[in-house]
Amino acid sequence: MSAETPSRRRERIDRGIKVRTAGLYALMSWRELSYLILPRLVLIVGLLGLPMMMPGMYWKRVISIVCIYALLAIVFDFLAHFVGLVSLGGAFFVGTGGYLSAILNIKLGLPPLLCVPGATLLGGALCTLLLLPCLPLRGVYFAIVTLMYPLLLARVIEALNILGGTDGIMGIDSFPSAWIEQYLVIVLVLVFLFGLRRLVNTDLGLVLRAVKDNDQAVRASAMNVTFYKALGVFIGASIGCLAGACLVHIYMWAGISTFALDFSVLPIAATVIGGSGTLVGPLLGCLILVPVSELLRDFGTLRIVFYSLILLGFTVFRSEGLMVFGQRKYHQFERWKSI
Amino acid sequence: MTGQPILQVQEVTKTFGGIIALNRVSFEVREGEILGIIGPNGSGKTTVVNCITGFVKVTAGRVFFRGRDITSRPPHQIAGLGVTRTFQIMRPYYSLPAYKNLVIPLFSPRARRTGGWRGGGRMGDRNTVGIDILEEIGFERDSYVPYKVTSTLPTGYLKRLELARCLALKPELIICDEVFSGLSMSEIASMVPLIERLQMEGITLIMIEHRLRELFQVANRVMVLNFGEKLVEGSSGEVMADARVREAYFGSEAVEEVMVHA
Amino acid sequence: MDILIYGTINSVTLALYALGFALVYGVSRLPNFAHGAIYVLSGFIAWSVINTLGLNHLLAIVITMVVTALIGSAIYLIFLIRVRGMAISEIIASYAIALAILEGLRWKGFKGMTYTLPVFIEGSTSIAGVSVDYQRLLVVGVGAALVAFLWVFTHHTRIGLALRGMAQDERAALMLGIDSDVMAVVAMGLGSMLAALAALMLLPLGNIVVESGYNVLILAIAVCIVGGIGSWAGAVMAAFLIGFAQILTVVYLGAHYQMVVALLAIILTLILKPSGLFGQQKELEERV
Repeated sequence: MSAETPSRRRERIDRGIKVRTAGLYALMSWRELSYLILPRLVLIVGLLGLPMMMPGMYWKRVISIVCIYALLAIVFDFLAHFVGLVSLGGAFFVGTGGYLSAILNIKLGLPPLLCVPGATLLGGALCTLLLLPCLPLRGVYFAIVTLMYPLLLARVIEALNILGGTDGIMGIDSFPSAWIEQYLVIVLVLVFLFGLRRLVNTDLGLVLRAVKDNDQAVRASAMNVTFYKALGVFIGASIGCLAGACLVHIYMWAGISTFALDFSVLPIAATVIGGSGTLVGPLLGCLILVPVSELLRDFGTLRIVFYSLILLGFTVFRSEGLMVFGQRKYHQFERWKSI
Repeated sequence: MTGQPILQVQEVTKTFGGIIALNRVSFEVREGEILGIIGPNGSGKTTVVNCITGFVKVTAGRVFFRGRDITSRPPHQIAGLGVTRTFQIMRPYYSLPAYKNLVIPLFSPRARRTGGWRGGGRMGDRNTVGIDILEEIGFERDSYVPYKVTSTLPTGYLKRLELARCLALKPELIICDEVFSGLSMSEIASMVPLIERLQMEGITLIMIEHRLRELFQVANRVMVLNFGEKLVEGSSGEVMADARVREAYFGSEAVEEVMVHA
Repeated sequence: MDILIYGTINSVTLALYALGFALVYGVSRLPNFAHGAIYVLSGFIAWSVINTLGLNHLLAIVITMVVTALIGSAIYLIFLIRVRGMAISEIIASYAIALAILEGLRWKGFKGMTYTLPVFIEGSTSIAGVSVDYQRLLVVGVGAALVAFLWVFTHHTRIGLALRGMAQDERAALMLGIDSDVMAVVAMGLGSMLAALAALMLLPLGNIVVESGYNVLILAIAVCIVGGIGSWAGAVMAAFLIGFAQILTVVYLGAHYQMVVALLAIILTLILKPSGLFGQQKELEERV
């Protein structure tokens, strides 16, 4: 105490006040403003500029796939860390959204830009309905049921030979232009990323987090827990279905492989690597994992082994994730120098 | 205290497997009074709370709130009618700051209708309303306490937070499950006036307690449970004088000592 | 008559799938998503032992069971013990292990018709006019013997009693000097051994295929949920219920619906009685 000069002490106290009122003080200087905005700006500009940096069609397509996976990973992170439901079935959402969009396009002849939102809402509602029985229960049921649905639906389609059977539905319209195709998914990722970040900090988001924290207290607060879980699942499932619908229109084909394991595993792996509970982390994880998995495409199912091992390693030994680590380091910058 | 009966519990029985936790317990609570429920450990006190508030399903019997049958309705509906409870083992949202804990009850349909404890009609900013409630219940507004993450708060504040959660719903009846237990003497001393104030504001309370001295200070009537059965009901003096209560609850020798202290 | 006999065989098959899963979940509350993977893995171990080392069949069985038990314990010791009690991480980690094993096997090229295990006894007999091969009869026999053995094991041996103690109340078991970590490892080893036994009994009836890993997992989970998690008697009863339901749907509706039955059983159980038909865990009844 005695070694601390009065001025140092004042600085320390002021710094404490500033930390508590960071939002307010940030507007006071360009430095503070840039400190807050820069990371977000880098993300937005980087993501929008990424397709232009890519050499060929193939890598541009990879960017779209990254975004599809990123949507799924964000959904996983949202459900697991803000609603408290572990979904092992990203493929369930992708498959449902994909097939619905394909049906809307082929059977009803709607243009893709109408099919996609239609499939999003319909798919969200359908998935929520199918998952409703396991929502009032605690424990591992949600994980089990979401794991089973994609396996089961794929088998039902295969066995009954409906919806094109093993061949899938072909001849789906693509998006009107390559430019829309490329940027639609990127913009969607950014919108839902920042949208969900905003959502989890609103009062509704607090309620969802409270459900995860302590459901008994939420019930004692006169709130219907199942309703809010269902709402969370609806939000998540809709975004997942949106990803599926976009995917189908990009590939112009909907088949059983939309229920494939990749869509379930890779988003989880990306979330765990990127840092769970941050919502940005999953995007970062996808930016790393998807290109790597494209490079490994020649090795067939080895790439699933690869993600699972990464997933296992990060879950068991390094559960923090890159983004949490990065954020901590970033906040440790000495930034309150000038007061 | 001769208000209308607000809560009527009729012949409520609850069994867990072969164990009879509650056996045909009946009592009623009148508007504006404080009813104390005491009994040895395992006598079914908390089960009574759970049965009234719907956290467990009643095996037989009925519960009426203001003449309306609320037996085995889901907890959120019962709480939505204004029958609120605290938990013996506190259940705050540990990852949130204290005032954010109140955003959740304030988000409920009941609070949106009533505007929270003091509210009349439309709800303003939930954070502000939450801090106001916390201040009234003894969180110092100008300190950092209401803004601290709940997991760092001491027991006394957590107990108050439990009460604050009930108040956010603008309750008609609060069932307090051992709000005094685990508190130091000075904390209890500051809690007692708070309870009295709640009563003065027209809230009916049921208090489940082990701390008899403080309970007898505030309670208008006391009911004794033993092995899931209602033993006796009456004013604190009547209850203490009852031979069966001494026998079952205190053990025969301990009675003299408690009487001296009380 | 067909239905009765094949229903029984199918039910015993399901019970064999489920017992290992039920054991691990009951004791250490770990939903072992790697159960199906261990099942398939043990099939390939047995195949390798028989075909590359050229060992005697009976010896191969013993070796496979021991090796699988060791692998199971090792998986638990290296990975799962570190995330013990963290439900989300447990699920993800065991699921990752399952995928790594199954997709790894698929990548190594273990697929196709060439991978079959020899049956123990060739030939078939006919019971009441229905022809049944000996291997299927053996499955029923082994299944019955296994249930009897498990009952004796858990009621009359030290380890068995310790496992039951832990299944009922882990903290109380800790206070009685039962090392819960060791017991969890033992349970995982035993569960893996049961999976291996099931594989050795059932795989000779068909080819070894990687996909069956997922099916086994789904069926095992279905049986456990319907029967009530933590109740072995319930699991056996549920195996019969689902087993017969499956055979009936196959006979009257078609083979496509076989897996649908399992999922429908899970969903219906979750809606109607979440603790399972014979479950004792009341906390699962409590809906949120």
